[in-house]
Amino acid sequence: MALFQLIGFGPTGWGGLLLLAALMTLCVTAVALLIGAILGSLVAWAKLSGSRILRTLGGTYTTVFRGVPELLIIYLVYFGGSSAVTAIGTAMGYEGFLGLPSFAAGALAVGIISGAYQAEVFRGAYLAIPKGELEAAQAIGMNRSLRFRRIIGPQVFRFAIPGIGNVWQLSLKDSALVSVTGLADLMRTSQVAAGSTRQHFLFFIVGGCLYLILTSFSDRLFTSAEKRANRSMPTSLGQA
Amino acid sequence: MDITFMFETMKTLLAALPMTLALFSLSVFFGGLLALLIVWMRVSGNTTARNFAKGYIFVFRGSPLLIQMFLIFYGLGQFGFIRYSFLWPALREPFVCAVLSLALCTAGYTAEIFRFGLRAIPAKEIEAARSVGMSGFLLTRRILAPVAFRHALPAYSTEVVMMVKSTALASLVTVWEVTGVAQRLISQTYRTMEVFLCAAAIYLILNFLILQAMALLEYKLTPHRRAAPLFPVPQR
Repeated sequence: MALFQLIGFGPTGWGGLLLLAALMTLCVTAVALLIGAILGSLVAWAKLSGSRILRTLGGTYTTVFRGVPELLIIYLVYFGGSSAVTAIGTAMGYEGFLGLPSFAAGALAVGIISGAYQAEVFRGAYLAIPKGELEAAQAIGMNRSLRFRRIIGPQVFRFAIPGIGNVWQLSLKDSALVSVTGLADLMRTSQVAAGSTRQHFLFFIVGGCLYLILTSFSDRLFTSAEKRANRSMPTSLGQA
Repeated sequence: MDITFMFETMKTLLAALPMTLALFSLSVFFGGLLALLIVWMRVSGNTTARNFAKGYIFVFRGSPLLIQMFLIFYGLGQFGFIRYSFLWPALREPFVCAVLSLALCTAGYTAEIFRFGLRAIPAKEIEAARSVGMSGFLLTRRILAPVAFRHALPAYSTEVVMMVKSTALASLVTVWEVTGVAQRLISQTYRTMEVFLCAAAIYLILNFLILQAMALLEYKLTPHRRAAPLFPVPQR
């Protein structure tokens, strides 16, 4: 019974803090996905553009941030960002060390990583648009922005949903690594609870279960979003 | 940029490379074996085995590797029956815990990849093999395993690269591999960018070599997909 008290919501229970931490994990991942979407669409645009310099830059971005361990990128953003902030502070006359807030550092780091994956998702989705539709839009005189708004945007979004779902799952799991910067996310809170109660097994199991709930629930969400986006499409391979 | 500092950093980081390689190769090997067992259970007719495999895949793919690693490293020692068992001298070692959790985790992902490889085998090929009297182990050895592995290879090489990146987490349970040493160097010298560039170069080259090897393996395994030579090869 004592174990249930520990994970409950009483004065000695960690239940409330763990739920709050799960919310924090969701927030970090959501902000990271948003940053990743912006970076990813820019990189995808660079990789699809005619300029060789832009293509090389985009290729380098996706190769580096998909090939280097996530933990190393988090260290880069957290320590590198902190020294940059300190340098700015010193220039503005503030003495001493300034740290980058761990939420910002974590969301930025996971966002940079997910941007590399999302760039590939968006690029694949763009290439999945039938060439004839783009030519038809051009033929009836749509200009670039209208073509993007009416033809490219909606279709890229639809084709990208399954890929974005995968990236979300990846980012959710990568966000656990942000705990090394001290952010009170689900991983960090389970660790603190485990350390202070000496019940490591219990709290890591509970934390793991909360992660499983988050991943399986968001999986449902993305599946239904995919169904909804494809509701007017004839069913083809890969659908039940 | 300070060339001598970069050179020294590279030397320190390369000294930790054998640890990364050991973690990687052991966990890919044991994870692969475990994945074969899981996928065999997953496609078997036995409902209990199938549900166990489904549960295994769900748990190990749905939760972060870090929490699995901490569960094994910190959690297991809490039980007396493990601490006083013959396994304890091994499970006390951070290296063993790291390899164990990496292998358990990759087995979940790899089992799914192998299952999709199995599903990609045309039913006709299996029927043809059965009609000439192959079954059981012979069918697996001659038809299922080679064809499924060939289909699974592209996805499997992605998973192998993921494993190279996952070995970085071992530094959080005090195994000093490349990322852990890089972190220590960053906090000693505060020269984040230089250390990051050196460590990133090591990982990128390692991943590049692994992907090249996998591409070569795929090329060797798929002679039927290559175009026939234009001129008949002279027979001797």
